[in-house]
Amino acid sequence: MTTAHDNHATGMPRSRFGRAYFRYAVEPWLYLSPAVLLICFVMMIPLAIGIAYSVQSINLLKPFDTGYVGLENFAELGDDRKFWRAMTNTFWWTFGSVTLQFFLGLGLALLLSRPFHGKRAVQALVFLPWAVPTFLIALTWSWLLNPVIGPLPHWWAAMGILEEPYNILSNPDTAMWGPIMANVWYGVPFFAITLLAALQSIPHELYEAAEIDGASRWQSFTKITLPFLGPMIAITVMLRAIWIANFADLIYVMTGGGPANSTQILSTYIFTTAFRALDFGYASAIAVALLGVLLVYAAILLFVRAKLVKT
Amino acid sequence: MAARTRNAPVLSAGKYLAVAFYVAFALFPLYWLLKIALTPERLIYSDGTALWPSTVTLDNFRTVIFASDFLGYFGNSVIVSLTTAAATSMIAAAAGYAFSRFAFRGKRWVVVLMLLTQMFPLLMIIAPIYKIVASLGMLNSLTSLIVVYTAFNIPFATFLMQSFFDGIPKDLEEAAMIDGCTRFQALRKVILPLTLPGLAATLGFVFTAAWSELLFALMLINSNDAMTFPVGLLTFVSKFSVDWGQMMAAGVLALIPSCLFFLFIQRYLVQGLTSGAVKG
Repeated sequence: MTTAHDNHATGMPRSRFGRAYFRYAVEPWLYLSPAVLLICFVMMIPLAIGIAYSVQSINLLKPFDTGYVGLENFAELGDDRKFWRAMTNTFWWTFGSVTLQFFLGLGLALLLSRPFHGKRAVQALVFLPWAVPTFLIALTWSWLLNPVIGPLPHWWAAMGILEEPYNILSNPDTAMWGPIMANVWYGVPFFAITLLAALQSIPHELYEAAEIDGASRWQSFTKITLPFLGPMIAITVMLRAIWIANFADLIYVMTGGGPANSTQILSTYIFTTAFRALDFGYASAIAVALLGVLLVYAAILLFVRAKLVKT
Repeated sequence: MAARTRNAPVLSAGKYLAVAFYVAFALFPLYWLLKIALTPERLIYSDGTALWPSTVTLDNFRTVIFASDFLGYFGNSVIVSLTTAAATSMIAAAAGYAFSRFAFRGKRWVVVLMLLTQMFPLLMIIAPIYKIVASLGMLNSLTSLIVVYTAFNIPFATFLMQSFFDGIPKDLEEAAMIDGCTRFQALRKVILPLTLPGLAATLGFVFTAAWSELLFALMLINSNDAMTFPVGLLTFVSKFSVDWGQMMAAGVLALIPSCLFFLFIQRYLVQGLTSGAVKG
């Protein structure tokens, strides 16, 4: 007890020999160790094993055919048309979802950044989709798109968007729009919340000064709001894109990657290969490829960020 | 000199219209879920796409609750989500406290480790985890799910707890320590009561995440007794895909816990999402 006193009196000396140093160096690890151990054992070690799987043949359906195969899995990937299809689909899925989520989210954030009647209630209601379990979002949207019990095909047919009320999930040309719509519904609150927080951090005086100087609302949006939000927007959008590229739940439940692989993205391809085909080696090779794509993307992100900060 | 357009009636009407659009967009799918769940089975095909059900019944809910396995799935999910939330919150509180109060060698590396776990595709480890869990003989056990979910949620929960601890002045525990408390006593008696709202919010975030996790549960659980709600519902859908009313009634039931927890954590959404709170 007394040493604790002394520590404080002397302002926690960084002496290498006292009990003070011991506490100073060791105590944080006491608090951290459960978290670090669990992350290492449940995430980092399996990650290393997963990377090792990608150069092995591990198929639960062929238990006698296991072992090191070098880059065979990757060579197979190169010839796998399903894989390249999934690669382009991943791009469209991510691009479509992020763009729509962002613009709708920005609109919502701008609306909520100014006071109006019933704002608190509105805020609670429009953020609700974030809390809905993802499997339920997927099921709900596939039901909404089903002409038997869902209204959407009938509305679209009435508006002339569809020739007749059919299920867009069963048509390879339109199927990707289904999961994207569900994802937009789910993701708008996320962008709205983060952008709203950023909007509220812009000093009010700036807008008042602009107003006195006779700036229009559009001018204060483009000259004050956007430059302020710019860097934050860039980072949020780019990080979110990584998350969405990895996000398999919606597509897996809504279409399972079909019809004819038209909605198969890399993450659903990993899951179906591991879960349905039980081919762990090949699934891991796809996963490593996805990781590679994400790393390249992250490198571009860091480069862009460095440029943004410089100018 | 032109009159400011800020209070022009047209503009404010447009604004309320936009607000109405967002509210309708957010609520319509949920309304539809509830509507079909309340529609009697014999009317599904005639009433299916009508905006308003002509008759309302609770039969679907009754069947789901009393004549199916959903209550069991629901119970499994509650056990898994609550235990995960409690374990994660405790572990993350300790780690978040260390991040907030200590400057120590290696801190940077732990932060990098935690950020790294948020970046790589989680599906990368689904096969190794299956193998490990299988070799431990723990397939189809809720414990394995709890351990896996706890680890997945620790990083963001730690950053979240750190932000709550950062909001509490250091002077408080220093004063307590000068008065003779050890650091742990100060933490327990002075700091913890002050972070209770933050701890509750973390609990809520983790619960919501664990409640909706599907893919690892599909991989690790295939016995009916150990299925969590998402797995049970999905199995039900693929087996009896025409019992629309019952499926949606089950969906509505799955929605209830998340909505409750959502109300609970609503105030902390900004803090939670900026710490990287994601589901699944």
